[in-house]
Amino acid sequence: MDYFLQQLINGLSLGAIYGLIAIGYTMVYGIIGMINFAHGEIYMIGAFVALITFLAIGALGVTWVPLALLIMLVASMLFTSVYGWTVERIAYRPLRSSPRLAPLISAIGMSIFLQNYIQILQGARSKPLQPILPGNLTLMDGAVSVSYVRLATIIITLVLMVGFTILINRTSLGRAQRACEQDKKMAGLLGVNVDRVISLTFVMGAALAAVAGMMVLLIYGVIDFYIGFLAGVKSFTAAVLGGVGSLPGAMLGGVVIGLIEAFWSGYVGSEWKDVATFSILVLVLIFRPTGLLGRPEIEKV
Amino acid sequence: MTTHSNTVSSAGSIKARGVDWVATIKDAGLAAFVALLLTVPLVGLRTVDRPTGLGIEARPEEVVASILLVFLGRLGLGLIRQGMAMPVLILALICAGVGLVLPMPTQVLRLVLVLGGGVIALRAAMTVATGRSKLSQADRDRRMDRIAAKVQHASKYIGPVAVAFAVVLPFTPLADRMILDIGILLLTYIMLGWGLNIVVGLAGLLDLGYVAFYAVGAYSYALLAHYFGLSFWVCLPLAGLLAACSGVLLGFPVLRLRGDYFAIVTLGFGEIIRIILVNWYQFTGGPNGISGIPRPSFFGIADFSRTPAEGMAAFHELFGLEFSPLHRIVFLYYLILALALVVNLFTLRVRKLPLGRAWEALREDDIACASLGINRTNMKLAAFAIAAMFGGFAGSFFATRQGFISPESFTFIESAIILAIVVLGGMGSQIGVVVATLLVIGLPEAFRELADYRMLAFGAGMVVIMLWRPRGLLAHRDPTILLHGGKPPAATGAAK
Repeated sequence: MDYFLQQLINGLSLGAIYGLIAIGYTMVYGIIGMINFAHGEIYMIGAFVALITFLAIGALGVTWVPLALLIMLVASMLFTSVYGWTVERIAYRPLRSSPRLAPLISAIGMSIFLQNYIQILQGARSKPLQPILPGNLTLMDGAVSVSYVRLATIIITLVLMVGFTILINRTSLGRAQRACEQDKKMAGLLGVNVDRVISLTFVMGAALAAVAGMMVLLIYGVIDFYIGFLAGVKSFTAAVLGGVGSLPGAMLGGVVIGLIEAFWSGYVGSEWKDVATFSILVLVLIFRPTGLLGRPEIEKV
Repeated sequence: MTTHSNTVSSAGSIKARGVDWVATIKDAGLAAFVALLLTVPLVGLRTVDRPTGLGIEARPEEVVASILLVFLGRLGLGLIRQGMAMPVLILALICAGVGLVLPMPTQVLRLVLVLGGGVIALRAAMTVATGRSKLSQADRDRRMDRIAAKVQHASKYIGPVAVAFAVVLPFTPLADRMILDIGILLLTYIMLGWGLNIVVGLAGLLDLGYVAFYAVGAYSYALLAHYFGLSFWVCLPLAGLLAACSGVLLGFPVLRLRGDYFAIVTLGFGEIIRIILVNWYQFTGGPNGISGIPRPSFFGIADFSRTPAEGMAAFHELFGLEFSPLHRIVFLYYLILALALVVNLFTLRVRKLPLGRAWEALREDDIACASLGINRTNMKLAAFAIAAMFGGFAGSFFATRQGFISPESFTFIESAIILAIVVLGGMGSQIGVVVATLLVIGLPEAFRELADYRMLAFGAGMVVIMLWRPRGLLAHRDPTILLHGGKPPAATGAAK
């Protein structure tokens, strides 16, 4: 039972990270119908910006941990969203009316570019970081211990999700975004600046991915330039599992994937956990292609 | 950027307007500001390994340099659009010249100066010549379509000449070890490209996991040789068969999925196969791979080593030649050439058969095909299996050439490279695959000394080619079959 709870916490925090990345995939897919293959790299960049920010403010003498974490969070969201914006502007916007394969190839090219860009700038070796938030919260007379980092991950994700839901459902930006998702042309005719909305979608997706990157840095304490690929594919799996285009679905899919991965590593062994994830992707697509919360897609002839 | 230039170029003459300095500088300043945000954390601050842990190092000069370059570049482009093309042309040329001649602190700066200056100078020169800053996408497409049609037409003659050249290459004085090795590498990718082209170009299915079949072929040969001691010539068809079977096995459940979902599932399968290869170390050797894979013999008759094993003749003795290690390489070269040509011949022929026509029809319109009574699943499965078989052949060739394989060789990036070859060349175009292979594999081989920047340039190149020509360099889609005397319809628009 204790072991189970332990894995549950691990799975939830991992799932929160996947969910945060998956939202970027699902929003972009919903609005322009492409798989943003470079999104995993955006998450990796978020992790690197967080690491660099931490080292920089450490060098400047900021040692109070909450302040340091806040600065890291803001900096990685800010700088990473500029990367998201730039990627869209350079590699996707000119291809918006092109055959479907073109933006996908462009995205794969961008992903390779960003990976190597970071590798050249920051080095190929993995970057270890001493724990910033050490310590555990013990529950049930010490039977279950939850590290503060994982707890913080879950809480921050919840807060972000609430804020994000309000942003999408209540603000004019959210309304414009949903309008574009339904019909870009009509939204444009009604005075929505479609280009701007798409740009902002990328910015929001990148900002959330940056948070995920920072969380991974804090939890695992080691990152390298290649972490984006696997996390990206798994998060896309989460988005598909939840139903592409559905924001709560992305979060739910992320949590499910995270739990499966945690329990699989906990009870079966960690070597085959990726196979388990990919098998789920295949199974979901075969038996329920719309995902858990997705709307059925109507094919127009 | 695009919208600006479009409106300007559609307005026709742009020289009449004055220069709106404020707006131009503001625009360039904005670009520079974005560059600042992009470069401050990742370029300006570098993590370094110190004995005490991670440290950090500031590189302000690189940030300043990149901001300046972006500012100037954007300013130049803005001025070109407003009729100042001549001065910009001169300045850009000076810039490129300075980059080329004067000593630079880093090679990267030199490259950026030369390339950036060159591109801006080209734009400016075009504006001076034609009065328009940029070709519109449609114009560009039309021009490239014309070139593609010409190349397609000429491929009747170019094809045989290229094959003849490839055949005589080992006998020319050009052929040394390095040239032949590069030739083998290029031909391997051409073969893989042609194989994937059946799935992507003909049947219109986006396969992101083609490398899985390449891996199945390679491991089939390596394991059969390792455990049963079978020779290459027995294993080659077996490897193809096994790869085709795995294609059917993987394809069957996923082929009803559409477009992007299909792509992601194939990616997932590719990764599953790689993870199995890594984790099942009792059988596959795990991450260490399999070494000592036997080299191919001369059709089972003779061996290429100096002292062949018991019961085998030596190739050089059989043909009365001086022993040379080059013989084996020349043989491998011809082997892959023959394999690649088989794939090409197959594709050219199958396009004229009902099967190939059904594929092309599926690519153009899935639903119409189903309405006409074509069994979509079987057709797609056939494409998938046949392409997988060719991938398997290429894989077992790869195994026998390398003598060593490990899961490292079958990562997603390989799939991406093969797909890039097919899409960049222009889907469905056989000659496009060759051109794209020369670009994608040949160019980086030629610039080996820039090893660090190879993949960076590769990724950037993929983006640039797609932006410049979204349908692929030599995309050209006349129907293969026409009614008697029929004329191909005018450009049929974009592919789905």
